[in-house]
Amino acid sequence: MPDAASTVVNQTRQSDEVLDRFRQGDVDAFEVVFREHQRIVYSWILRIVRDPPTAEDLTVETFWRIYRAHARFDPARGFAPWARRVATRAALDYLRTRRRETELTVETPAVAGPEPGIRAEMRSRIAQAMARLPAPLRVAALLALIEEQPHRQIADALGISVAAVKVRVFRAMRFLRKDLERQGIRP
Amino acid sequence: MKNDEERMKELLRQALPGTGEDVEPKRDLWPSVLQRVSAPAAESVAAAPWFDWALLAGLVGFVALFPAAIPVVLYYL
Repeated sequence: MPDAASTVVNQTRQSDEVLDRFRQGDVDAFEVVFREHQRIVYSWILRIVRDPPTAEDLTVETFWRIYRAHARFDPARGFAPWARRVATRAALDYLRTRRRETELTVETPAVAGPEPGIRAEMRSRIAQAMARLPAPLRVAALLALIEEQPHRQIADALGISVAAVKVRVFRAMRFLRKDLERQGIRP
Repeated sequence: MKNDEERMKELLRQALPGTGEDVEPKRDLWPSVLQRVSAPAAESVAAAPWFDWALLAGLVGFVALFPAAIPVVLYYL
């Protein structure tokens, strides 16, 4: 009977083989990689766009981009960080191209129920202020402040340094505070 | 200053609650991914410029009218 250590070694070897086949463009291997990582990619995109149907479409877009770039995949850097980076770029492209009118219709978050202790109107205004942030600041603010993701992970996903993430979060906070104060909301 | 920052963060978190850990999509996305992956081959045929198709049609017409010219065309290819 194989011990736990040899099982882990076998699984790692199998996983490496699948990733190697994926790098060569094998669609069956790509499906295995997709099934293994779709949840990570979908959750990451959902944290940014906060709309499940849009997150599903962007997950498809992300895996299509990943497949197109299969030859550029570097196994030494791991699949999940690379996938998160491609997903972040796809989400940023979406946020940049989305029309402003759509952004202003954002009311309550589509993914979770309202929290007690804050009025619906104020929630709506804060969501709108967040939607008015420039896309790179919004992504950094959502991931760091709302989703509480590690700064290192956000930096890797955005392809910037940890210090640059902190700067973006700081600028986003300042922008939001001014925007809310203009609307008569004092944080 | 620190308190202001904390209050601001708290307000944001109340207005925009987190999405939760490892949420799954509601539908199987693999068929859509596979469709996108398979699409470029079909698209590249349809996306060929019109003059490529005109050139091909001309060549087919020429060969149909002058079949004896096939060896000559092949020689020059």
